[in-house]
Amino acid sequence: MSVPVWNPAVEFMEREALERLQLASLRQTVAWALETPFYRRRLAEVGLTHPEDLGSLRDVRNLPYTTKDDLRAAFPNGLLAVDLERTVRLHTSSGTTGMPTVIYHTRRDIDHWTELVARCIVATGATARDVFQNMTNYGMFTGGLGLHYGAERVGMLVIPASSGNTGRQIQLMRNFQTSVVHATPSYLLHLHAALTGEGVTVEQLRLRKAFIGAEPHSEETRRKIEALFGIQAYNSYGLSEMNGPGVAFECVYQTGLHLWEDAYILEILDPETLQPLPEGRTGEIVMTTLQRQATPLLRYRTRDLSHLVSGNCPCGRTHRRLARIKGRSDDMLIVNGVNVFPSQIEDVLMKTPEVGTNYLIQLEKRGSLDRLVVKTEIYAKLFTGDPQTLDDLRERIGEALRSAILIKPTVELHEPGSLPVSEGKAKRVVDLRPAF
Amino acid sequence: MTEQLSVFVDNRPGRLNAVTGILRDHQIDIRAMTIADHRAYGVVKLLVSDPRLAHRALVDQGFAAALKPVLAIAIEDRPGGLHELLEVLAERSINVLDAYGFVIAPGQRAVWCMEVDDPDAAARLIAARGLEVLADHELYRL
Repeated sequence: MSVPVWNPAVEFMEREALERLQLASLRQTVAWALETPFYRRRLAEVGLTHPEDLGSLRDVRNLPYTTKDDLRAAFPNGLLAVDLERTVRLHTSSGTTGMPTVIYHTRRDIDHWTELVARCIVATGATARDVFQNMTNYGMFTGGLGLHYGAERVGMLVIPASSGNTGRQIQLMRNFQTSVVHATPSYLLHLHAALTGEGVTVEQLRLRKAFIGAEPHSEETRRKIEALFGIQAYNSYGLSEMNGPGVAFECVYQTGLHLWEDAYILEILDPETLQPLPEGRTGEIVMTTLQRQATPLLRYRTRDLSHLVSGNCPCGRTHRRLARIKGRSDDMLIVNGVNVFPSQIEDVLMKTPEVGTNYLIQLEKRGSLDRLVVKTEIYAKLFTGDPQTLDDLRERIGEALRSAILIKPTVELHEPGSLPVSEGKAKRVVDLRPAF
Repeated sequence: MTEQLSVFVDNRPGRLNAVTGILRDHQIDIRAMTIADHRAYGVVKLLVSDPRLAHRALVDQGFAAALKPVLAIAIEDRPGGLHELLEVLAERSINVLDAYGFVIAPGQRAVWCMEVDDPDAAARLIAARGLEVLADHELYRL
């Protein structure tokens, strides 16, 4: 079987040549980083003022880390390495915890990103003959535009369906004989359950592949999606700080996600000690961009946990493989593909005088979708006795949470003192979703 | 005007009897009781022999409870008795927000309790029609 490949020269590059390329690109990236106020200061602190100070690839370990908080503090332009007029796109986070973050792209940055996504798509065996329905949100969410550009570059017929409206998704799949989709795993399970309601059978579809990502999922979930639709499902990994999708993707062998090492330097570190971990040991993914000029990031701490898959992939690609993401080294929750921090929920509750300080965040599976329940206690002193006021309060908290975390949870009001009391690190989050 | 006691309770087994248990412990009589059910929680509304004491006892035990003035009106327990009262309110466009009633002496006397949007005006109207707005001590002594 011949392995489908988009850019054989890079994807099969000998490790030695790949690492030489990485070092050259790292020096270039540091040169770009030195154009930003943020990194000029950070790099000076470690005595690095010139890209040629980097003698070998191992010297990446002397570079400073970058965290999400750094991105917030540098907002909007502290990490911008080019004149604004050279940029052609930005993706910004909602900034719900106070400060948003932003990643800028030049035309060349978008071009590089698109190339990486094209590699991912072709590695799964999808081709220009496929009809590709992109079921992820367009706009600030990088999964929409990222896959869209890559699929167009491959030459697929792209249906920019965006997320939601399941009835219409199914109709589009039938009308245009969609053969490849991109969605969150939970949405595909939801879509399958909705087929019956639309009077459509799997056999009436022409689906053959799915790209699934944006939320952690188990191997069992992947196999379930494959069995339900009679397709192959390929795991996708990306994050907006590293462009978005196209960071790492499974090839036809589905034995881990090849991370494009000409575009990123990958480190797996112990999240506590920040010491490098040997192959096979699970730690935090830390990445350095190698091709992004507008917003170069050095040693970005993703907080995602994974390990390196040992051995060589039968496909022959020399780019190493990440195992599926196991979780987070911080307390971020992923709810139907949306990132949620418990602190965002806490902020809203603390600004609502009618509820007390105790709360509980509960995550459940309702069908194949996640359900977020926020339980809070009413504050006895502000209780008026009027049931309508309580319904209004629930609605008001629900709306405030929706504007903070972009999803509307179920809000439950409880008696004072009925939720577990906070004692130091209280268990505020109960995840009842099946583990993997 | 009468004071009605409202208590917030989770809708799960054992919560209602936690409320009645506290009232028993303080020798408080329940005159009437109704529950506004809101699925996950309910608001229990009570007329009791000593609303202030009941309120304090419940709050001391951690309950969210509130006192609220309501109108308690003595009406005749016969067909049309309630209708005569409500007609008075309708004529003057006084809106009833929440209400419940109970019989004291079958065939003779009943009490109608209600929250209205203008309690003072309602009380004046009702008194002018010769109906009896019960004061606290009258109600509690029933």
